[in-house]
Amino acid sequence: MTKKDKYQKVAYYPGCALEGTGHSYNRSTKAVGKALGLDLVEVKNWNCCGAMEVKNIDPKLQTYLSSRVMSVAANEMDMDVVMAPCNGCYHNLKKAEYDLKHDPESVDVVDKLSKKAGHKTYESGQVETIHALDWIKDTIGEEGLKERVKNSLSGIKVANYYGCMYTRPRHIFPEKDQGPGSESTSNPHFMDDLLAAAGAENVEFPLKTACCGGAHTLSDSDTSTKLVLNILKAAKLAGADVIATECPTCHSGLEMHQIRAEKVLGETVDIKILYFTQLLGMALGLKPRKVGVHENVSDSMGFVREHGLA
Amino acid sequence: MPIHEKSLIRPENLKTHDELVIDGVDVSGHWSTFIESRVVSDYNEDLQDEIAALPGGEQIHRCWQCGSCTNSCTVNAINEDFNPRYWIYLIRMGMESELLRDKDIIWQCVSCNKCTYACPRDVFPEGVMKATAHWLERKGHTDKSPSMHFDEVFTDQIVRTGKIEESRTIRGFFKRTGQSLMQPWMIEMVKRMLRGLPIGLLTRMGLATVVAPKTRGWSAASAAMQEYIDEQHKKQEQALSS
Repeated sequence: MTKKDKYQKVAYYPGCALEGTGHSYNRSTKAVGKALGLDLVEVKNWNCCGAMEVKNIDPKLQTYLSSRVMSVAANEMDMDVVMAPCNGCYHNLKKAEYDLKHDPESVDVVDKLSKKAGHKTYESGQVETIHALDWIKDTIGEEGLKERVKNSLSGIKVANYYGCMYTRPRHIFPEKDQGPGSESTSNPHFMDDLLAAAGAENVEFPLKTACCGGAHTLSDSDTSTKLVLNILKAAKLAGADVIATECPTCHSGLEMHQIRAEKVLGETVDIKILYFTQLLGMALGLKPRKVGVHENVSDSMGFVREHGLA
Repeated sequence: MPIHEKSLIRPENLKTHDELVIDGVDVSGHWSTFIESRVVSDYNEDLQDEIAALPGGEQIHRCWQCGSCTNSCTVNAINEDFNPRYWIYLIRMGMESELLRDKDIIWQCVSCNKCTYACPRDVFPEGVMKATAHWLERKGHTDKSPSMHFDEVFTDQIVRTGKIEESRTIRGFFKRTGQSLMQPWMIEMVKRMLRGLPIGLLTRMGLATVVAPKTRGWSAASAAMQEYIDEQHKKQEQALSS
């Protein structure tokens, strides 16, 4: 089966952030899926993947949490693909998959915890975890998108920001760096490809995979504000009007520290921040409210209207 | 036993002479700064094993000091004292007192994994940083860092309910670390956040702050995880006290 066929119907794992601060990412991902005729079936009764915190208490506990999500998708829903739009969820499921394939101790811990918890133990290989970028790229692709674009993003200059967890560490993403057509871990381009197909002008953005300090966004806010300021300023200097994001932690980190930089350091960087699914959705003809632009913390309603997307 | 360059150039090890004449030659002045000699005798020979016994530190022995971690480090770029390569060196040498000079910044690793990506020896420096930060706390060298408080509040919520409700985590963290929620930037953010939210979503999110979202049938998983955490903690205590 080709990826194109395989990804038409996927188990959808929104994760905790998409039910909270990242709700507009949730709304826009679902709306884009619907507009493209792709089928999302939410993972039943899912749990948190462990985010960036549980591994610091115990990495194998995080592996268990992520494995339970995959176990539900495989064993209770009979799905073979899990799609996670959040970089954190995506990364953790990938990491769990890698550890369960290569580390017998992790297999042992996950098996014991799963039995005590009363569900089937996830076995590596039962599902394939993909990101929302893979999902759209492999089902519809650039050519398919070009045919479906109703409101071109032309005239909008975009800095594509991928963050840390989509590409690092390399070993948990065995399908990346496999030559033409595959994603690159050093210079990711799937988001660039999709938005370019929707008409956007991507700027040369050197901080694509820089860190926003998301893990310490509250516990070491000064560091996070410095890191975010770097990203905002670099995007602005590169000529971008908007930073496109693909992770709720990065997105809310950029928004929060844009405000914090303003209030604490007195530095204002005027740049818009939108989820890539919001930009794609509007290009597909969806109204800004349908993709939750009005729900973002940073106000982009005026901006999208100016560019004829409303 | 090599003496590391960094300990030599610490400001407190420098001696400057305003007037110094040796064999009739005037060597006073800035160019003739001398370095205080010192003998390192307080090695902790168990240091590497102790770090390796904590989660993330297991592969520290593989390091051959190429410096790729520090070179790629996000935090090093904004604070040059943040030096993973150097700390790994000190741990492997057992130079505990030298490591303790940096005890208050090691927890600041942001887990971006650039070091793990760059490391040619699979040391997983990101994990070593976490293990070292834990070691400092467990040995009583530092208080629990804000990051550790956050991790504990967060993990506790997941173990109990299976899910994270963000406002609860934030409130719990601010309370535990004695910070006020009413900081100007926080107020501004909440204001801007509420501005656009539709009533339905607002109600649902408001409700979630009262009744936490839960994974159904979570109690067995919760008990199993808590038991596992306690077991691991005990094992680590043994490794640290031997």
